[in-house]
Amino acid sequence: MAKTEPGPHNFVFGNYAPAPESKDHFKIKKSYDLFIGGKWVKASKKFETINPATGEVIAKVGEAGKKEVGQAVKAARKAFEGEWGQLSGAERGKYLFRIARLIQERSRELAVVESMDGGKPIRESRDVDIPLVAAHFFYHAGWADKLDYAFPGVKPKPLGVVGQVIPWNFPLLMAAWKIAPALACGNTVVLKPAETTPLTALKLAEIFEDAGLPPGTVNIVTGAGETGQALIEHPDVDKVAFTGSTAVGKAIRRAIAGTDKKFTLELGGKAANIVFEDAPINEAVEGILNGIFFNQGHVCCAGSRLFVQESIADKVIKKLKKRMETLIVGDPLDKNTDIGAINSAEQLERIKALVKAGEREGACIWQPEGRLPRKGNWFKPTLFTECAQSHRIVQEEIFGPVLAIQTFRTPQEALEKANNTPYGLSGGVWTDKGSKIFKMTTGLKAGVVWANTFNKFDPTSPFGGYKESGIGREGGVHGLAAYLNF
Amino acid sequence: MTIKKTYKLFIGGKFPRTESGRVLDVRGKDGELLANASWASRKDFREAVVAARKASGGWGKASAYLKGQILYRIAEMLEGRRAQFVVELVAHGISEERAEKDVSEAINLLVHYAGWSDKYQALFSSANPVASSHFNFSVPEPTGVVGIIAPRRGSLPELVSALAPVIVGGNSAIVLAGENALTAITFAEVLSTSDVPAGVVNILTGKRAELIPEFAKHMDVNAVLLCSNDKDEKKLLDLESAENLKRVSHQKDAPLKESPYHILDFQEIKTTWHPIGV
Repeated sequence: MAKTEPGPHNFVFGNYAPAPESKDHFKIKKSYDLFIGGKWVKASKKFETINPATGEVIAKVGEAGKKEVGQAVKAARKAFEGEWGQLSGAERGKYLFRIARLIQERSRELAVVESMDGGKPIRESRDVDIPLVAAHFFYHAGWADKLDYAFPGVKPKPLGVVGQVIPWNFPLLMAAWKIAPALACGNTVVLKPAETTPLTALKLAEIFEDAGLPPGTVNIVTGAGETGQALIEHPDVDKVAFTGSTAVGKAIRRAIAGTDKKFTLELGGKAANIVFEDAPINEAVEGILNGIFFNQGHVCCAGSRLFVQESIADKVIKKLKKRMETLIVGDPLDKNTDIGAINSAEQLERIKALVKAGEREGACIWQPEGRLPRKGNWFKPTLFTECAQSHRIVQEEIFGPVLAIQTFRTPQEALEKANNTPYGLSGGVWTDKGSKIFKMTTGLKAGVVWANTFNKFDPTSPFGGYKESGIGREGGVHGLAAYLNF
Repeated sequence: MTIKKTYKLFIGGKFPRTESGRVLDVRGKDGELLANASWASRKDFREAVVAARKASGGWGKASAYLKGQILYRIAEMLEGRRAQFVVELVAHGISEERAEKDVSEAINLLVHYAGWSDKYQALFSSANPVASSHFNFSVPEPTGVVGIIAPRRGSLPELVSALAPVIVGGNSAIVLAGENALTAITFAEVLSTSDVPAGVVNILTGKRAELIPEFAKHMDVNAVLLCSNDKDEKKLLDLESAENLKRVSHQKDAPLKESPYHILDFQEIKTTWHPIGV
């Protein structure tokens, strides 16, 4: 395929005509306050949220300090003991159904804002993130009056006030994963979005207002690490739910040690994607790409370690490279874009440092040709061959579009290498042989295993990690347990 | 003259003395020496973890039917030694009536959990109706190696109510017995004649303050069940277990009530996706 020079629309690979999504059909305010007790409350400080594809400031948002977090927890407690806590399950469900509908109606706006604030390709925010957000509210709406059926033999009760801290890779989807089950189970919420991607959560607050959700039921406090810490350590928070890095997850575990706070942690991963010689190769290659380049590789369950059976390694790697040359890196708002912007300058530095370590430790790097846009944060889709188990790029979570490839001969060897990590979030297996699938899926120490597919999500399907990838599940009937007392 | 038993540890299916050479002076209600029980060291604990890890793969994969039969077999063996346990418990100062009741309760718990071996999976599994064209299901799998800090006081029901749900779920266990150390070791003799594979259950007698930090810190222990009313013990376990994100189940210092949810406490839910199509 002919390469084109980067044009005005940040095209790098491929020569498609630009097809940018419009952004004139909705408003982003210049400045957002905190959403506490159903009101917009000014914070004493503000910080800027930046479009990672352009480096431009999109809006200013409030930075909640201890005081504001305290107000939010108080509002949540009041709602739990008041209007929200006294609603029947069926009535709670109706609010969630209504919220799901409002999300569907405003989905185009939410998708565009998500891509602007976080850098992910509009095709992903439009076709994956936002539809799943609505689906999560719709699914959990139906549970609100049926919780007794979910856990036979016990009468489950809500926990109270839930403090939730979410990451920047799926900003609105993570908010939905956290808020929907919490509300369905009768809890009230204080949510802290990630500092680089606060906007869609604030849009969600507008939707809660429009839905007439009782004041204080959900409170949104924007800010950075200190805001999150204040929320987690607040003595009147009954449960902490966190999605983010394993290091922060461990710090949270320590911070709440000895308290009666319940918690769920969804942390990092270093998933093995295992391809056997009897796999459907073309589908597997698409699965490998989707596994590592979906959302710029900013995915905790990304298939970042590829294990290819030795007999087909050359063939698979050749096909992968050919396919990677067609990937379009550029403007997240362009519908042709496959790989958008790296979420923050800080994350870009982290990726670069680990890639450098990979080269230094002796792995072979390969990237497609082509130039990246000048402004903004970008990283080319990258693969490494000649990787060893001891390499940092094999051991550490890169959280970027970087694939580490290793080979294996026997299923047993693949399993041992795949499980040789402190993580255990997800895994993938590619083979046409059913009995081999089950040998591998049962042998992998991971919470989610995709066989002949990868990176699929659904509100009915529990998600969460083994080992240091986290504690607890989100989604499905198992996810409800995290928001109930037995 | 009666022959007195030497009470040792139970590790990897064997009864070794503690490597430390230390003993716990266990006395009866009249102050007479019942035994010099083993005072397990940190090294004994580490040996027990190695044994438990070695056993966990095979036990985790053993069929539910087999696990159920083995749990039932433990109940049978316990029934056969009822008189011995009653005598031992009475020597510890428990009334004969209470001792009889305790043994019966322990047997009942084992029979109860034996029956769960092939049923909790159905209760805690799900076929998930995802919106895309995929077959998707979630099933429980054993967490792996589980440390059990048994209730401090009490006799057999305390120990068995904590242990049975852990092992019926396919985990291997390292138990720190309560103060009633002799009963725990005699129970190990029951286990060793019940077809329980070596290393699936390991029992240590020793001091909580010395060993709880080891349970919490060890990187090859996946989960800990703490039966305690002591807030400091809980805090210490929470703090130290953060390093490898152990699953911690905190229960009261008393027998656990029969419940399949105690089995679930030491299970991981695995979800598997596969496309539907040709």
